[in-house]
Amino acid sequence: MDVEITLRVDGTEHRLIVDTRTTLLDALRERLGNTSPKKGCDHGQCGACTLLIDGRRALSCLALAVAHQGADLVTAAGLADGDGGGLHPLQRSFIAHDAFQCGYCTPGQIVSAAGMLAEAEAGWPSAVSKDPGATDVVLDDEEIAERMSGNLCRCAAYANIVPAIAEVAHR
Amino acid sequence: MSDVRARPHAIGSPLDRIDGAQKVTGTATYAFEWPVEHAVYLHPLQSTIAAGRITAVDTEAAEAEPGVLAVLTHLNAPSLTRPDDPELAVLQTDEVAWRGQFTGAVVAETLEAARAAAGLVRFAYAPREHDVVLRADRDDLQKPVHAAVFGMEAGELQDGSPADSMLGDVARALDSAQVRLDATYATPMYHNNPMEPHTAVVSWDDGALTVYCSTQGSSFSRTLIAGVLGLPPERVRVISPHVGGGFGSKVFPHSYAVLAAMAARTVRRPVKFALTRQQMFALVGYRPASIQRIRLGADGDGHLTAVSHEVAEQTAKAKGYADQVAVCTRMMYAAPNRRTTHRLAPLDIPVPTIMRAPGEGQGMFALESAMDEMALACGMDPVEFRIRNEPEVHPESGLPFSSRHLVACLREGARRAGWERRDPTPRARRDGRWLLGSGVAASTYPSPRLPGSSASIGVTPDGHHRVLIAAADLGTGAWTALTQIAADALEVPVEQVEVRIGDTALPPASVAGFSSGISSWGSAICAAAMRLREVLESDHGGTVPAQGLEVTADMPANPDEDRYAMHSFGAQFAEVRVDQDTGEVRVARLLGMFDVGRVINPKTVRSQLIGGMTQGMSMALYEHSVLDPRFGHVVNHDFAQYHIAANADVHAVEAHWVHERDPHTNAMGAKGAGEVGIVGTAAAIANAVYHATGIRVRELPITLDKLLF
Amino acid sequence: MKPFRYERADDVSSAVTAVAEEPDAAFLAGGTNLVDLMRLEVATPEVLIDVRRLTSDRIEELPDGALRIGAAVPNSDLAADHRVRRRYPMLSQAILSGASGQLRNLATTGGNLLQRTRCAYFQNVTTPCNKRQPGSGCSALEGYQRDLAILGSSPACVATHPSDMAVALAALDAVVTVRGPGAERRIPVTELHRLPGDAPERDTVLERGELITGVELPPPPHLTASRYRKVRDRASFAFALVSVAAALDVADGTVRDVRIALGGVAHKPWRATAAETALRGAPATRESFRGAAAAELAPARPLPGNAFKVPLARNTIVSVLLELVQERR
Repeated sequence: MDVEITLRVDGTEHRLIVDTRTTLLDALRERLGNTSPKKGCDHGQCGACTLLIDGRRALSCLALAVAHQGADLVTAAGLADGDGGGLHPLQRSFIAHDAFQCGYCTPGQIVSAAGMLAEAEAGWPSAVSKDPGATDVVLDDEEIAERMSGNLCRCAAYANIVPAIAEVAHR
Repeated sequence: MSDVRARPHAIGSPLDRIDGAQKVTGTATYAFEWPVEHAVYLHPLQSTIAAGRITAVDTEAAEAEPGVLAVLTHLNAPSLTRPDDPELAVLQTDEVAWRGQFTGAVVAETLEAARAAAGLVRFAYAPREHDVVLRADRDDLQKPVHAAVFGMEAGELQDGSPADSMLGDVARALDSAQVRLDATYATPMYHNNPMEPHTAVVSWDDGALTVYCSTQGSSFSRTLIAGVLGLPPERVRVISPHVGGGFGSKVFPHSYAVLAAMAARTVRRPVKFALTRQQMFALVGYRPASIQRIRLGADGDGHLTAVSHEVAEQTAKAKGYADQVAVCTRMMYAAPNRRTTHRLAPLDIPVPTIMRAPGEGQGMFALESAMDEMALACGMDPVEFRIRNEPEVHPESGLPFSSRHLVACLREGARRAGWERRDPTPRARRDGRWLLGSGVAASTYPSPRLPGSSASIGVTPDGHHRVLIAAADLGTGAWTALTQIAADALEVPVEQVEVRIGDTALPPASVAGFSSGISSWGSAICAAAMRLREVLESDHGGTVPAQGLEVTADMPANPDEDRYAMHSFGAQFAEVRVDQDTGEVRVARLLGMFDVGRVINPKTVRSQLIGGMTQGMSMALYEHSVLDPRFGHVVNHDFAQYHIAANADVHAVEAHWVHERDPHTNAMGAKGAGEVGIVGTAAAIANAVYHATGIRVRELPITLDKLLF
Repeated sequence: MKPFRYERADDVSSAVTAVAEEPDAAFLAGGTNLVDLMRLEVATPEVLIDVRRLTSDRIEELPDGALRIGAAVPNSDLAADHRVRRRYPMLSQAILSGASGQLRNLATTGGNLLQRTRCAYFQNVTTPCNKRQPGSGCSALEGYQRDLAILGSSPACVATHPSDMAVALAALDAVVTVRGPGAERRIPVTELHRLPGDAPERDTVLERGELITGVELPPPPHLTASRYRKVRDRASFAFALVSVAAALDVADGTVRDVRIALGGVAHKPWRATAAETALRGAPATRESFRGAAAAELAPARPLPGNAFKVPLARNTIVSVLLELVQERR
């Protein structure tokens, strides 16, 4: 069943016809040629497909494109050229800390980290927050690790991912 | 071996990954992402019985679906050249050898249509009674025989070793030993689970095949694919510059690529095929489960007098694969009487394959747990006990080690870990509700070179060097490290070196496996660089001609390979916390001290080592593929149920190394670093859990139910 | 995934009518479980009625101090809401211990309650499952048992309910508001989910077409200390083996009031009423906590593969209650 929708992807508006079954992930990868978000499990269990959907980090493999008509999507590719063509500070920090190996989970990690930093900035608690009522979040390593646990990394670069994010968070 | 002339010293510098910017933006192109015109999509069909025969197929409903181009089954699939390999020769018979085996494929215009139509195909079966359970007391355990297309070289075990070894008289030595240990350890089935699923995008053009493939070795993929399709290798091009992890599963398993090639030939369109995560649990290998009996005998001074390691492991009836589980026991510790055996239980299960440190991963869990138990039985510190039993030469072959700094790793690791402050009493420390413990284990992995690599180097008058070799970088950092090796071998800055990998249009390369990549490919690159410099001097007076200059060299022979035993080593220290009420285990700190020869790039090697250690922790605590004996499938076949370590599981993970180059392994003085990091971690954690709780867990994974009171 | 039509209703009542009249229609909210199940062909709706923009996505304070949570409130927003964090900290903790940040941003309050079991056999269409296909048999009963129920199961089904949020809501006496073809109904969370009995295909008491429009949290109980503790096979991003939501009011060493609910042990969030009864008026000691936990778990019928959940649940209950006692000091 085909439906026409519009999506804004990394700042560019796209009009396309999708099968109602098509997810945002497949719409981006197979229809719009944006392969920055990755398919690792297709069931919301790995985080490789993470996008910012209308500003929040979310899993594009579980989001039907037809249900996100008009959505504003940001991928890791879009984070990079968002302000003037250079890499996002998180991307530079990931390279400097070697916070990845195979790179397949990496765009999802970086988009997730960007979304996570905004959540922390807004004062959202996590499962390891000592004081759930606190308005300010102190992003120590434990907080970052918990908040990033929706992004699996089989190469297991976690011990580099946390300091890579911490460096940007503490700037 | 001659040294790489190290004037600009690219080797040893923590260069950022050269593909870093592409990876952090998601613009590095993985197999499924190559733009291919007019491509269609494949969704496979899989058997729903574990053993038997297909008696009928109904494809009508699927074929009637809009967008469906073809439904392949064994009834209409093209014939393959090598129908004797049940793993690669897909759809050639009505026989079902395991549950989840390919029984067909639907090809359609879209991903969605292919998958939905696949659900409409019906098979009828005549099932046979199946058998999927590994037990050590099975009366049909078999001595392994070499399985074709498996392993580094032909031999009973996957690494080419014999299944059994014997020296002296183990039974008598055990009888007369003052201290004895007889313990059985078990490791479950583990799945490699690289983040990028196995993928092939294939297209035919005038009888030639192009495969964008997620592979650990494009040259080897070409050999396998061309062989089974009956094509001359030069008619197959495999392209694979970026690979989203493999951990062994992207070396031998290639049935998905064969299926895609068959489908593309049938529909005369390019075909895209990526396995789903669930399908990966039946089709692309796994680390086979093992049951290991270890017997140790020692004299009153803590010298081992007998070492015995007997292994039973699962394998597929379809194709016998045998991990070298006890081979580590042949070279780790000195003892005059020694025995190792490997036996297989052939079952109606998917074909196993190599998984990061195949054999050593399982074997060193058992051996290094046993060494901990034996140290305690001897009343010795586990670090000192290992040092006391350090061999001077390989205890079975008698060959000297090319380099072996295990004792230095144990001592320096112990110093960094604060081991001297450790009270050996179990269950004697706590922090609130957490019981605290620490443990140690040794690590080792061979450091071989594999045959089959050549490199070309071209230079232009402006000093730009292009290095060509069909090597693979699955995240190892090989691309970056090879650039550094080439720069030093050519005596130019890295900025003047461009390395191209992952394409059979380049000179061939051995697979990224067996921790052999840098040793093998780096040797070929050094040889090519040396030849380039020679030709430049002898034929061109040291000046690059206007049209440029290109030379090719094969990996040179290394006579030392027959004279020395070549292995990497390490010592790992784990600190754990165990919740006294729930049995939850947290690994507060992992510290590894390694002997991996000369480190080419400390940044990427450190990532390899901590990644291996963290995978070792994951193996110790979380991972476990559950095979259902009634159905024959892996029950927990996704990332929600097959738990790999998540970010919150990981705390301090440190990797350090002794700064020693190996004088014999290769021109760089390097040893393998890709696999040694995962070896021994599970034992270090199990030993720490014992220290924390007084409970010895001999069966992985160490889940909380094993620590509950 | 089977082909389906996608429709967006104009209001709640037309959505309810659409689903009530169409036998193979389903409501779509965040989609984090439904899309997952559709891809596996465990769910095969012919029509999806998108209700995400229909129900409220706001949290309102009622005059009596209760909170009304719109069904479309994302899990993230509910967990981050300052009123929830201050007055019902165990609810915030429960939500945050479930899934991942990315999932919580998509998942809704109503959808979280209605997510289906993660039993491996339920999710695999090649193995029998009474919940997925009534009468086909239960593969789990003699299969992989680690995640299965120990309380309230039946020979037809031993699945567990996967929600963390629902466990805290059960302990807090929350009530769901439901709109169906008939009148609006109010159902206590403790009565929303069913035990499997001989009809495990029905997870809840909701009738066809009924839509959860919101959840009401009664004014916070006079229990100053509360906590959600989740025990699982890795530190994060995993379903509970056992979880405990508990609130405790102790005066002069005696339990004045207590709320306990368990997750991971039953086909529904399990309100531990036997333990609560045993504890009211009892001394706030390890011994009485242990006795209360034992009373609650006495009817447990574990299988060999999940027998560990009995001592695990007991120990976790005791541990959480002791922590709450200490916290109040």
